Amino acid sequence: MDWVYLIEVLVGGLLSGVMYSLVAIGFVLIYKSSGIFNFAQGTMLLFASLTFVKMTENGIGFWTALFIAAGIMVIFGVATERFVIRPLANQNLLALFMATVGLATFQEGFSQFIWDSDVHGLQMNKFLDIGLLDPNPIFMSDHIPWLDILIPQFDIFASLVAGLMIVVLAFFFQKTKTGLSLRAVSDDHMAAMAVGIPLQTVWAVVWAVTGIIALVSGLLWAERVSVSFTLIEAVMKALPVILIGGLTSIPGAIVGGLVIGVGEKLGEIYLADVFGGQGIELWFAYFMALMFLVVRPQGMFGEKLIERV
Amino acid sequence: MSKSLLKINNIEVVYNHVILALRGVTLDVEEGKVVSLLGANGSGKTTTLKACSNLLHAERGAITKGTIEYQEKDIANHGAFNLVKDGVAQVLEGRHCFSHLTVEENIMTGSFIRENSKEAKQDLERVYDHFERIRIRRKSLAGFTSGGEQQMIAMGRALMSRPKLILLDEPSMGLAPQLVEEIFAIVKALNKEGVSFLIAEQNAMVALKYADDGYIIENGRVILKGKAQDLLDRPDVKEMYLGVGKEGKTSFRDIKYYHRRKPSFT
Repeated sequence: MDWVYLIEVLVGGLLSGVMYSLVAIGFVLIYKSSGIFNFAQGTMLLFASLTFVKMTENGIGFWTALFIAAGIMVIFGVATERFVIRPLANQNLLALFMATVGLATFQEGFSQFIWDSDVHGLQMNKFLDIGLLDPNPIFMSDHIPWLDILIPQFDIFASLVAGLMIVVLAFFFQKTKTGLSLRAVSDDHMAAMAVGIPLQTVWAVVWAVTGIIALVSGLLWAERVSVSFTLIEAVMKALPVILIGGLTSIPGAIVGGLVIGVGEKLGEIYLADVFGGQGIELWFAYFMALMFLVVRPQGMFGEKLIERV
Repeated sequence: MSKSLLKINNIEVVYNHVILALRGVTLDVEEGKVVSLLGANGSGKTTTLKACSNLLHAERGAITKGTIEYQEKDIANHGAFNLVKDGVAQVLEGRHCFSHLTVEENIMTGSFIRENSKEAKQDLERVYDHFERIRIRRKSLAGFTSGGEQQMIAMGRALMSRPKLILLDEPSMGLAPQLVEEIFAIVKALNKEGVSFLIAEQNAMVALKYADDGYIIENGRVILKGKAQDLLDRPDVKEMYLGVGKEGKTSFRDIKYYHRRKPSFT
């Protein structure tokens, strides 16, 4: 067996897994705090990155554009809470899910309406000219003689961003008062209201934060696959991730992403023959999720249903 | 006669625009008192409490008539958050603990409205002093605690906002008689510290034993009110709610007689 090749596959898998994790975190955040599976996550990504790209194409600088796009996503998040979620509070969860399906459709049309439906390229490297990003990949053999593999610098950058976001979110959820109230709200809306947690404010915060996550992950994904409707497709890969990691766990989203990333790469290379040819990468993630569901339906780190008998 | 803290004036509550749940409930909680609200299933106890704590709209209910005053301010549309801030805390029926949070986190959620985190720490100690039983379980998930412990968590959580009035909904539900006594003893102790209570209960015996005043509600209407001790002594209350009638069997029709009388107030 070619060990160096295996390592290269593993590293590649881990790095693409991080990208899945990033998107999955957006899902988890909304689900954790309001029990809603946000179908509009993909279009939020598209809308955010499209907004950013169009602004930079019109000559607005990187940081200004990032800042404005983040602002727009926050406004969008708050508006979603106000006009979609709030009127449906305390309704059947399926109704809320359907509302997010509607939101996705709306957002898809809306972003085409105000921007356009062209395919845009996004060269992050062009903007991040601060010595951090080098378009050339790192030759690992320069550092470790026997390790003859290439690692794109952008992937490392993406992983660092993802890592940073995870640390910030974990701190936010576990250590701050707002985080505690978010977790309380996700457990029991009624009780949260009874103890004086302002439900609307909490939800507005969640949607705003999700909007910002959508922007960050949207930009990182756009760098890979261009800003277009393929972005929504890319997001679908986050579904097996949250199934494996657990819908309610941010660490789960990370680990799930890594498992999927590595799993599909390894599957493509070592198991393709078993499944009858190349190209199993496209569906292998879903297959893994399905297998996982059989064994552990709540995912690796998902909350077990606590029930008193 | 002490000052009135919570005054419900002839309220009518309708769910979903059609279901009439309360048809004229008048009720008065004086400062420093424990008031029990008794009644059978579906008589409107919980609805009354939720009307006070502004949680009705979450269940598609609305107050269509009458007023609710807290400290002489109309609070019918005050918002749950503001009410907690002003000192009204509700302990929901069936506890409603956050089962995936630890016991301590559960209690801390009650301090959300408070700015000062140092005070919150003191209050946490105060809660543990009242509920010794949950101090030792503070790191375990609330979902795995017993019913009595969950009741204590829910009450402790409500205490964290330093309420003047606690609306306690069916604290005895599903608890062993010994635990019920324990919970009510704590209610009494808290009452001595100046917290007033409005308690909705089915367990009339215990509720009246620990209360100052009592109200009996039936079909969304207050049919009896009075000092708790007076209610305990009434023969009709004894038969209907306490299960101790006069010698021999009483016909159910005779019992009904008491309740058909139109109440002189409302």
